[in-house]
Amino acid sequence: MTKAAEWQLALPLALCFVSLFLAPLLLLIGVSFFDDDKITQPGFGQWVKFFGDPFSYKVIVDTLLLGVKTVCATVLLGYPLALVYLDAPPRLQKVLIFIIVMPLLLSVVVRTFAWIVMLGRDGVINQLLLSLGIISEPLRLLQTELGLVISLTQIEMPLMLLPLISVMSRLDPNLRDASAALGASRWRTLFTVIVPLSMPGLVAGCLLVFASSTTAFISQTVIGGVRLIYLPLLIWQQSLVVFNWPFAAVASIALLVSVLTVVSALSWLGRRSSGHLQG
Amino acid sequence: MGRQRSLADLSYTLVIGTLALLALLIIVVPVVIVLTTSFTEGRSLKFPPTGFSLQWYAELFDPVKSRQIHRAVYNSLEVAAWSTALGVLLGSMAALGLARSRHKLARVGDSFFMSPLVLPGLTFGLAALMYFTLIGLRPSLNLIIAGHMIVTVPFILRTTTASISQLDPALNDSSQSLGASWFYTLRRVTLPLIAPGIFAGAFLAFMASIDNVPVSLFLSTARTDMLPIRMWGMMESTLDPRIAAVSGVLIAASFLLMLIMEWTVGLTRRMRD
Repeated sequence: MTKAAEWQLALPLALCFVSLFLAPLLLLIGVSFFDDDKITQPGFGQWVKFFGDPFSYKVIVDTLLLGVKTVCATVLLGYPLALVYLDAPPRLQKVLIFIIVMPLLLSVVVRTFAWIVMLGRDGVINQLLLSLGIISEPLRLLQTELGLVISLTQIEMPLMLLPLISVMSRLDPNLRDASAALGASRWRTLFTVIVPLSMPGLVAGCLLVFASSTTAFISQTVIGGVRLIYLPLLIWQQSLVVFNWPFAAVASIALLVSVLTVVSALSWLGRRSSGHLQG
Repeated sequence: MGRQRSLADLSYTLVIGTLALLALLIIVVPVVIVLTTSFTEGRSLKFPPTGFSLQWYAELFDPVKSRQIHRAVYNSLEVAAWSTALGVLLGSMAALGLARSRHKLARVGDSFFMSPLVLPGLTFGLAALMYFTLIGLRPSLNLIIAGHMIVTVPFILRTTTASISQLDPALNDSSQSLGASWFYTLRRVTLPLIAPGIFAGAFLAFMASIDNVPVSLFLSTARTDMLPIRMWGMMESTLDPRIAAVSGVLIAASFLLMLIMEWTVGLTRRMRD
């Protein structure tokens, strides 16, 4: 094989992707244009049904908002941790990165289960708040959006931290020293030097957390319960409980499009901010 | 001015320190709590646990009482092993083919192969279920293996492509100018140098397959039950206390795996880059 023909090595995988990835997705789009669940009557009925129902918009908005809230919480807690990592001596850095990566290797289901124990009526959080005297009655945290956002913050945290740390550790430490030597406080250095320069990592982290939390089926159903309805639960109910495949196809296309729209808008912003810095 | 600055710096240390500590706690505490509760003597999963016993572990390892869970574990391991093996073969071939190509199509191919990472897994899971059903295939582990391969191969592709791009092209050229064949160069020069990258990718793909929910949710059936789906069932209606023991085993296993990966390929270093 010559160097010019090396590209042919990608052919087997390309074949697999066309037949096992592209074809099913095209079929999904095709199925959505059938009116009945036996998939015999072509038509736009399911699209009209989905987008004619205000409930669908509520589910879409709730799903996207859940992603936004989780992103905000992971930034608020993850960014400071990344800053501490940056300032830590190498030995402590090794311990920190181990703690950060470890949950990533731990099954999402286990991490979700942990929050059932944490958030329950006599769970750890309620016991702590009661003993500190902050609350007098146990809070209802399971099957609420607050509880779900708290759990997703932990579950998705590594996805925020890894890109952040990867970008931050490539920053020139002289920049921070120069900023301090010129009289800037640490806050000013943070917002005028570190945050703009770490923007690509921050955007990458937000992308991953958003995409993952909006589609986190197990956490959403187990912590959120069946009363909090997000798109993944709707898709699951329609396809595997009600067996209305065309409607489930429409809902999953709605999930795909709404998540990808936010993700591409974010990555466009990310590219713009890094282009601005270089330019 | 100096006083003001030190005050500002103090508030910085306080605020950033508190938030970072909170982040660390929120990462670590749930894992510790689960491990502790799994040794409870009681029938409910409360913290602090009442007494100490291995009863839930004993029940979990009982081959009769926990047959379904064992079956799900074997299925998950089998699917992860096969989908990773296929992914390594097809993915590293594709990486070799695309990473050094300057052709515009190579970029397109690369983004196509990486797209399962950004596409919501549930959409692909549902699409795969409809596709396999409508072309008349009966549910089986093979179909789950195919589905997992598609969603995990990007990990292998990414780490392998990164290793290839770090290779000095002169190595390849000198091997060939010394008369080595293309295949000999691949076997004796390229592969040994990119092996750690392939290995790290394979590890990530294997873990992603073990933990995969969206594809397994749609493709698995009662006969081809997968571990995460079974665990979901154990949490859904009434809480089965064995879930704490399963979690304990998985925590120990991922901890061990992580130590091994750190010693062999420096996993955390690779994930930071």
